[in-house]
Amino acid sequence: MSNFVFSAAEWRNLLICAGLFVLAAIVPLVADGYVLQITISIVMYTALATSWLLFSGPTNYIALSTAAFFGIGMYVTAGGIDLVPYPLLILASGIAGAVMAAIVGLATLRVAGVYFVIFSLGLAELVRQFMTWGQHVLGTMSGLYVTIDRTEPMYYWQLLLLTAAVFLVGWWIGRSRLGFALRIIGNDELVAVHCGINTARAKVVLFVISSAFASVAGAVVAPRWGYVEPGVAFNPFVSFQVVIMALLGGTHRLWGPLVGVIPFVLLWELISIAFPSQTTLLLGICFLLIVYVIPNGITGLIEDAWKRRGKAGGTAAGPVQSPVQQSPVRQKSQNA
Amino acid sequence: MLDTATAEALAAAGVTKRFGGLVAVDNMSFTLAEKEVLGLIGPNGSGKTTMMNLISGALKPSAGQISVYGHAVAGIGASAVAKRGIARTFQLVRMLPTMTALENVAAGGVFGHARRWGKELDDYAHALLARVGLPNAAHAPVSALTYIDQKRVELARALASEPKILLLDEWLAGLNPTELKIGIALIEQLRVEGCTIIIVEHVMHAIRSLCDRCIVMNSGAKIAEGTPAQVLADHDVIRAYLGDENA
Repeated sequence: MSNFVFSAAEWRNLLICAGLFVLAAIVPLVADGYVLQITISIVMYTALATSWLLFSGPTNYIALSTAAFFGIGMYVTAGGIDLVPYPLLILASGIAGAVMAAIVGLATLRVAGVYFVIFSLGLAELVRQFMTWGQHVLGTMSGLYVTIDRTEPMYYWQLLLLTAAVFLVGWWIGRSRLGFALRIIGNDELVAVHCGINTARAKVVLFVISSAFASVAGAVVAPRWGYVEPGVAFNPFVSFQVVIMALLGGTHRLWGPLVGVIPFVLLWELISIAFPSQTTLLLGICFLLIVYVIPNGITGLIEDAWKRRGKAGGTAAGPVQSPVQQSPVRQKSQNA
Repeated sequence: MLDTATAEALAAAGVTKRFGGLVAVDNMSFTLAEKEVLGLIGPNGSGKTTMMNLISGALKPSAGQISVYGHAVAGIGASAVAKRGIARTFQLVRMLPTMTALENVAAGGVFGHARRWGKELDDYAHALLARVGLPNAAHAPVSALTYIDQKRVELARALASEPKILLLDEWLAGLNPTELKIGIALIEQLRVEGCTIIIVEHVMHAIRSLCDRCIVMNSGAKIAEGTPAQVLADHDVIRAYLGDENA
């Protein structure tokens, strides 16, 4: 089946995904305490890493700005919690993130990838310094308390809903003209512009969508953390972790980050307990290992194995049936 | 329709492109009639590809004006030029490597001059692949295609936007003699169908058989204009290609 016609297989996949989300929603009913805490982490990072992928996957621009938008969501929520109903704050966080992403995107996405990477990293620091300065000027304390009556399962379900939204939007983009435009841009930007694609606009739109989700994630977890201060909200660690998780899972499939987030969060728990002072070092080692050993992530490994099996078994399933399956191998050279 | 054969498809007036001190295209003026096939020839480095890049919007002229059916296009950007109906191929074939042949073709027919989507796009891309002689390659990854087949895909991608003007930048370069025949036949077919085309080419017998008219460039400037037979017999043209002693 070609990409431009909706197929029965896609309906089937959608139903499977819906089923999986229902299953995931049951978790808080059977788990609590420590296990629930870890699953909340998994769901939050799945939302963040998948929304990161929406932009960075097709464009090959490595965005290190997750922390900036995540932090903005937290601050919008912390700042407005006593004034505005909480659901409105979640919406406002998304809008605030989107507006900032639009400004940043318009300013930086016209330049080459590497400048964008540096700028996106600097952005979180810039906003953090600005917030610190703002609080200093206002003469308040260095952080804000966010108190609201929410139980752990409620955070879990909110984050799960957010994750479902990210997946739905990602799936919809993949089917849309915008998604096709981004795949063309990721392949060859020169061809893209001569095909009539406004490449700057396409990239900004995707960056806005991706960043708005990160802000909403920040808004959802702000009350769970209870106390928001610049160093925590705009912690660059979050940006790096999100990138590593997505790369570990693989960036050629929408569900790739999910496959990376689960083992990474579990591993990270072990590392933080066993080596609490060496986490940064170990994060760096993970980064190197992933880039050198499995540049296409776990999903890439799975697909390669699948293809080898298909070839060895000599099955009649035409190996060129699915165009997407062809991509990981060739992408390797681009990513290297 | 009143005498469409003489409608002006493209007009360049005083187009100049400087790269620092180098004048790559120097005060070029010419017109292209609808359904005309125009050859742009000249020795290496004479500014032909730069001229193509100026028309397609990849470069912005330092001076001068280019218009497509009366609309000024100089400096509006390549994607806007594509929407005005100019499609191009590249001197070195450019495929979208992670996509199938069908998707490569479809890429040209979604965002530019013609805009299709869904089943309509799918059918149209299939039809174009058949038209360029690749009816069975739709789902093949482009890396599995031979050079001439990649060129066919690129041509189909350009045609997918239903361009008003097609720019072929050394589209025949690098083909072996058998492939060359296929390539020339394909362009001839487009010509018969009434496409308006500008061809940059070094293959002279292709120029002779395909072009209604030729413009010869040397050092960025136009040195001759006329039918292929006329310009190829021109004293200045021979000197530009072969040097003084042979002229």
